[in-house]
Amino acid sequence: MAFKKKNWIFNIAVLFIILLGAAAIAAPLIAPHSPTDQHIEKRFSPPDSINIMGTDNFGRDILSRIIYGSRSALLVGIVSATIAVVIGMCVGLWAGLGGNIADNILMLFMDSLLSFPTILLAITVVSFFGYGLVQVMSAIGIIYSPVFARLVRAETLAIKTESYIEASRALGTPILKRVVIHIIPNLLGKVIVQYTITFALAIVIEASLSYLGLGTQPPTPSWGLMLKDAKNYLIQAPWMAVYPGLALAFTVFAFNLIGDTLAEKLNPRVLR
Amino acid sequence: MEFLLFIVRRFLRLILTILIISTIIFFVIRVIPGDPALVVAGIDASEDDIQAIRARLGTDVPVAIQYTRWLGDIVRFDFGESMISGASVNKLIMERFPLTLTLAVLGIVLGIIVAIPLGVMSAVHRWSFWDYFGMVYSQMGMAIPSFWLGMILLLVFAVKIPLFPLFGSDSLKNLVLPAIALGFARAAVILRLTRAAMVEELSREYIITARAKGLTDRMIRYKHALRNAMIAVVTVTGIQFGYMLGGAIIVEQVFSLPGLGRLFLYAIYQRDFPLIQGGVVFIAVIFSLVNFAVDILYSLLNPKIRIS
Repeated sequence: MAFKKKNWIFNIAVLFIILLGAAAIAAPLIAPHSPTDQHIEKRFSPPDSINIMGTDNFGRDILSRIIYGSRSALLVGIVSATIAVVIGMCVGLWAGLGGNIADNILMLFMDSLLSFPTILLAITVVSFFGYGLVQVMSAIGIIYSPVFARLVRAETLAIKTESYIEASRALGTPILKRVVIHIIPNLLGKVIVQYTITFALAIVIEASLSYLGLGTQPPTPSWGLMLKDAKNYLIQAPWMAVYPGLALAFTVFAFNLIGDTLAEKLNPRVLR
Repeated sequence: MEFLLFIVRRFLRLILTILIISTIIFFVIRVIPGDPALVVAGIDASEDDIQAIRARLGTDVPVAIQYTRWLGDIVRFDFGESMISGASVNKLIMERFPLTLTLAVLGIVLGIIVAIPLGVMSAVHRWSFWDYFGMVYSQMGMAIPSFWLGMILLLVFAVKIPLFPLFGSDSLKNLVLPAIALGFARAAVILRLTRAAMVEELSREYIITARAKGLTDRMIRYKHALRNAMIAVVTVTGIQFGYMLGGAIIVEQVFSLPGLGRLFLYAIYQRDFPLIQGGVVFIAVIFSLVNFAVDILYSLLNPKIRIS
């Protein structure tokens, strides 16, 4: 019953993400101005009918920069979360099926990675591999892989003991085929939920790193980078800080909401 | 006896975790292409200069020896001297740590004050105003990044309504906004968990027994259910505290606070390798110690865990 009430919020969240994706793809078509053209004579102009969200310290149009910035945000989300899933799934399946020794060694490594503040690990990796989007995406992907490894391992251990797996083994199905047709489909639900949440986390980490000057490098528009610039002009141009942050918060909110709702649908035992 | 064994086992794990983390950090630093000495020396440096910097960084010997030295440094907790200021890394860290620790403590206290009462109210009065408020808060807490919240707080409470100072770090007043920015998201996590734990406890059979015995709702909720729910809450709060030390890096940057995070960040900007290494290991050790303490506390509160 509680579900019906929440369904419309879920639909709005999905719609928002679809629109955001469309905006990212069609950025050149819908952005009212260029995201990088500087108009020094128009710097710090407050929101008006020409620059709906105002301009920044170089006179660049903020709305256009936000639209283009959605590209790096979504790209980071997709690539990082996918890296995390691929590594995490492989390690998790290996740990779950490979016997005790493999399990202990792999999980020790994964737990060590988990027992470290995420943002610090990201900063450390990026500071040594160099700043930039590719490094950030790889770093985030590696950092979040233990979450998937743990999840996949736990699910695999549980599924492994099911009687249909035993039956399949008795029939002589090769292990790889068993993994592909029996195990992976059964843990996919939870992996998808975690993927959605990781997507959101990756966007926040990228924005944080860019804010610190360690992520996306100028002049590529990125929400975190826009906020970094905004910090120096908080008094003259507060709109510089408000709009990119709203874009960031709504995107993360939408992904979290989708993840939460999916988790509920897949696991009715959880209350709320 | 059993408890002692648990502590020993957990302690060995702590050592192992720190060892693995240090090894990962070591290899991240060494394996990457490029010579840190070249980065430090700059383009016009002579071969002698570069050699001297290599010697100072300890990168002029084979990797195996470097690794042994690195482990030795960690055991002695000595990371040498900063390449920029020449001061000992330990001294620099110890100068900056109190501010970061104060900030994290303030953040977690604020988080607890908001999250636990709201979480309990949400669970006790499900689908009430407080529950919806809690839901909205926890979604906001997870969606709003701390550094943006920090900027908005500055904008509203330092620029528009000048209640708090824009700059500075000498009084407690300077730490209020940073602590809110830092604690806001962590409170959302604690809130969700408090609610979930309370809801679960309230649905247990002992609650029915207590009710049948004729205990008041108040007694049942706060004496029985809350106590048991707190076991999980304490654990999560502890872990959140550890995360705050990481989160402080960004929040300190927003509020220009000279804490550990800023020290670390400037070490990165200036490629001060000894300071970066020392900083990472220091935070990793503190984080692991917090987790260790949380585990011990958890097992004290919940004896069941010691057996498994």
